[in-house]
Amino acid sequence: MQLRHLVACAALAAALPPAAWAGGADILESQCVACHAIAKPQGRTVEQVLERKGPDLYYAGSKFNKEWLAAWLQKPTVLRPAGAMYSRAVKAGAGGAADTIDPAALQPHPKLGADDAAAVATALMELGAPEGLVAKGAFKNDPPGGMAALLFNKLRGCASCHSAKPGAGGASGPELHTAGARLQPDYVVAYVSDPHKFDPKVWMPHLSLTPADIQRLTAYLMTLKEGAPQ
Amino acid sequence: MKLHPALAAAAALLLAGASQAAEPSPHAVKLYDTYCVQCHGVNRDGNGINSPAMAVKPRDHTDAKAMGDTPDDVLFKAIKGGGLAVGKSVLMPRWEDVISDDEIKQLVVYLRFVSKTDTK
Repeated sequence: MQLRHLVACAALAAALPPAAWAGGADILESQCVACHAIAKPQGRTVEQVLERKGPDLYYAGSKFNKEWLAAWLQKPTVLRPAGAMYSRAVKAGAGGAADTIDPAALQPHPKLGADDAAAVATALMELGAPEGLVAKGAFKNDPPGGMAALLFNKLRGCASCHSAKPGAGGASGPELHTAGARLQPDYVVAYVSDPHKFDPKVWMPHLSLTPADIQRLTAYLMTLKEGAPQ
Repeated sequence: MKLHPALAAAAALLLAGASQAAEPSPHAVKLYDTYCVQCHGVNRDGNGINSPAMAVKPRDHTDAKAMGDTPDDVLFKAIKGGGLAVGKSVLMPRWEDVISDDEIKQLVVYLRFVSKTDTK
């Protein structure tokens, strides 16, 4: 009797993660696909990039931290100040002023309940990057060193498009003051090394950085954890 | 002998047409809107959404003097290889990984249209 009870409990425990995954996968396939690619797109055109509604998620399991995903999906914040494709949200500056972002052009991300958020986070973590895209252990986890912030802000131009602290930096790329909470370091190494392996037409340029610079910048980004889930 | 005014106008148009497109290529406009507008701006005048965060102001593509002084091959190299390829700022990245040589040529023609300058 006791043994049968134990077996039943074990079977239930084993069934739980796949059940949660199936629920999350259903949400991904019925709702998220309206704006995100959850399978690797075959080729990509400039037109598709100009019209994109959300970033690709086909490699989400190699990109995000699960805890961050589950928390963010319940309380989404603006990660991309000018939206999923900046060009559709910018308004011309008048009289020599810089362009501005039209808030009306930005779409808020849907908010999920705690159970759905956990299920979707689990399903997203199942979407590992295709073979060869994100090398495990690519990030050496050395300290960033004193030059890293200078590399980010001045020498390599990252701050032209990204923010290392709220309100600073450019706006055409996603904020990076939350990068350490949001992203996996091996993904950052792979993406910065060659963004066009992930999306052949994305507007993030290839930066000709040395492997040492990429390690320093990734180590620096991993220290930026504004708004990390407690 | 006096040239007929209509003939003179046609000749002037022909000469201008040899270097400056009357209409921009729609594909070049899409390329510009995707990759260039973030820094060079909706007005193409160097006032993009990122420009306040940049230590070196992006080139004003409507500046007929500066653009007119820049040869086509320098514009081509700057887009393909980035600012460093032409002795300019590191903040202008290389685009050869995402924009083909043929597309860069279309962008150079488009820049002539935007700056109202002739090919050089």
